[in-house]
Amino acid sequence: MPTIPKRWLIAVALSGVTLLLNGCARHASTGGASTRVVVNYWEKWDGFEADSMRAVVDDFNRSQDRIEVRFLSVSGVDTKLLLATSSGHPPDVAGLWSENIPDFSEKGALTPLDRGMAKAGIGPDRYIPLYWDLCRHRGFTWGLPTTPGCVALFYNKKLFRAAGLDPERPPRTFAEFEAMSRQLTFVEIERAGLRARVSFDDLTPAERASRKYSLVQVGHLPQDAGMFLSGWGVWFGARFYDGDRRILADDPGNVAAYEWLRHTAETYGVENLRGFIEGFGVAQSAQTPFLGGAEAMVVQGPWMPNFISKFAPGLEWGVAACPAAVGVGDGSPVTLAQCDVVVIPRGAEHPREAFEFISYLQRQDVAEKLARAQQKFTALRKVSDGFLENHPNPSIKLFIELSRSPGARYVPRLSIWHEYDAELAVARERVLNMRYSPAAALAEAQQRVQWKLDRVLRRWDAVGSERTAEWRSYDAW
Amino acid sequence: MTPGERRRTVVGLAFVSPWLLGFLVFTGYPVCASLYYSFCDYDVLSRPVWVGLLNYQDMISDSVFWQSVRNTLLFNLMALPLGLVSALTLALLLNQPVRMRGTFRAIYYIPSLVPAVAGAMVWLWILNGRLGLLNQALEAIGFSNPPQWLVDPAWTKPSLALVSLWGCGNTVVIYLAALQGVPQSLLEAAMIDGASPFRRLVHVTLPAISPVLYFNLLIGIIGGLQVFTSAFIMMGGAGPERSVLFYAIYIYQNAFEYRHMGYASAMAWVLCMLILVLTLMASRLSRRFVHYQGE
Repeated sequence: MPTIPKRWLIAVALSGVTLLLNGCARHASTGGASTRVVVNYWEKWDGFEADSMRAVVDDFNRSQDRIEVRFLSVSGVDTKLLLATSSGHPPDVAGLWSENIPDFSEKGALTPLDRGMAKAGIGPDRYIPLYWDLCRHRGFTWGLPTTPGCVALFYNKKLFRAAGLDPERPPRTFAEFEAMSRQLTFVEIERAGLRARVSFDDLTPAERASRKYSLVQVGHLPQDAGMFLSGWGVWFGARFYDGDRRILADDPGNVAAYEWLRHTAETYGVENLRGFIEGFGVAQSAQTPFLGGAEAMVVQGPWMPNFISKFAPGLEWGVAACPAAVGVGDGSPVTLAQCDVVVIPRGAEHPREAFEFISYLQRQDVAEKLARAQQKFTALRKVSDGFLENHPNPSIKLFIELSRSPGARYVPRLSIWHEYDAELAVARERVLNMRYSPAAALAEAQQRVQWKLDRVLRRWDAVGSERTAEWRSYDAW
Repeated sequence: MTPGERRRTVVGLAFVSPWLLGFLVFTGYPVCASLYYSFCDYDVLSRPVWVGLLNYQDMISDSVFWQSVRNTLLFNLMALPLGLVSALTLALLLNQPVRMRGTFRAIYYIPSLVPAVAGAMVWLWILNGRLGLLNQALEAIGFSNPPQWLVDPAWTKPSLALVSLWGCGNTVVIYLAALQGVPQSLLEAAMIDGASPFRRLVHVTLPAISPVLYFNLLIGIIGGLQVFTSAFIMMGGAGPERSVLFYAIYIYQNAFEYRHMGYASAMAWVLCMLILVLTLMASRLSRRFVHYQGE
């Protein structure tokens, strides 16, 4: 057998080790001929949303010659950011959801921005209060808004007309919402050996009781509320958390919301509802019941017109505030809000330059350019004169008003919200499958989430003061 | 050790060193670290804090943990016997001297080549309650109200057990190889003695391939307790009412979704112990039922 010279073996081995070590190394972020500091920016968006932010990043890079922001669209950005941060190699800027802030900040994954903001003159007076709150946790500011959102009731005017309803008159009260929903529901049933499409209201009591029909069009499906599914309690005046140590999953408002869900299942039948939903595809596609023309009303955010124009361009739609149950709040329109935020992860290589970039995003003209491209609005209190004119989303004014309404709410600022949400989902399924009463399902959720919160608080009690002191002293600016 | 032997040992170790290094770094270290973390409150980002047996105690009071154990065992009770029997039946059929035997073998093996995710996506549509092929077929033969396989909590586990059969081609190949090794002389002797095909199967073929049956049972137990992909892809994780929240999925949720890495590590060690115990039990049983040639 021919022998390989020893020096070749050593050379190959050394090359391998060099490549391995190089792969593990932290790459210098100022390289080549450019003297600019490179700021790596990971964002959750893809498609047109990513394109719109990429355009803003290009503007920023052209506007100065010290910093170069490199934009990267990253799926599952929250998990990847945590892993990158724990390994000591996070990006300099990351785009997250406001719900991530309590969890990420308590775990020490983010950089507190307060001192930098004070120096840059960025404060609460600039923002719609709700969105300012969403950027804060435990007395510190952890991110700054990019595009905010809140939800309203989108409806299909053609289906309204076909059901004999006024297409310019969406429901104003919860009772109207319920009545219209039934009026807009159609089923297929066998009558005298023939399949007939009839309005749900036209079924005989015996036909309704038999449940031997299939739903072909619904007025509204409470299960089809996308990311806001756990928030139905808000329209029933529910509180989710006392802000301190107690979970309020079994709050009477939440129980009322779940009673309403159960009522839907009782009215149309568990299997009929399941069968109807199963016939459709995933969210944000042409296969959703609303975009497919099989659901007349749906709760969605300002991004919805974008999806309508992309997947159902012929859909004739209107939008209004989603009515709340009787006696909720002071009668102000109710909505559920959340916000896309940009944060600086702990251990970012260039926090100062990163902060300069996220401060740039807070400029009125920049925020409005981004919002317009995504058919959304901004989190800023001030709205420039030209913003509403020529805005591609004809309903944008409604969303701005809703986000400023005293009835606007957000999900609790809890580091375990993700787990809370999962428990509420299980409770919801149990109620919709008629296996648990709303009170029993929520009592179990209450007990589970409280157990989880107690575990988190146990740790926070041990490390909280140390953490807070560390955050207070942080000043990279 | 002579200089020649020493040299050969050094060269041998040098050749296996990439694997040894990889094993120590990517398997040995994580295994040891996970044991340490299982006694810590650890969220990946902050320093792990030693909490003793707290994670193990939490497991006892965590009702969802017990639900995941129940789901996993129930699923295995359905999927494991079904898989073993189906694979054996297929292997026996494919071992018959029929025309185009090679083609049939290839056809039954092909699904094993389909990536698990792609297969799960296909089954997602086959089992769709409203538009799925299976329910359309059931309706065509007279079932007026076929199950809603993927959304009814009562049917989700049987659905996944059914899907698990899709990839039994690998097991079939192992059985086929074993069937080739059944001594022809014993089969012929049994035939001359007037044994029916069924008796030949029970008294000759099965004892002869019992080591392979035992091997597949062990692999089935180990794989079954770690079932993850099909539920994760088809049910988005836990499924309706957590009906397919399997043990491995609950570990994943705790580790990567909720970031309770300490708790997830403790769960992983309990799973490891569970697999060990079941394997030992199977090993005990094998002494009675497994026959090795030459013993």
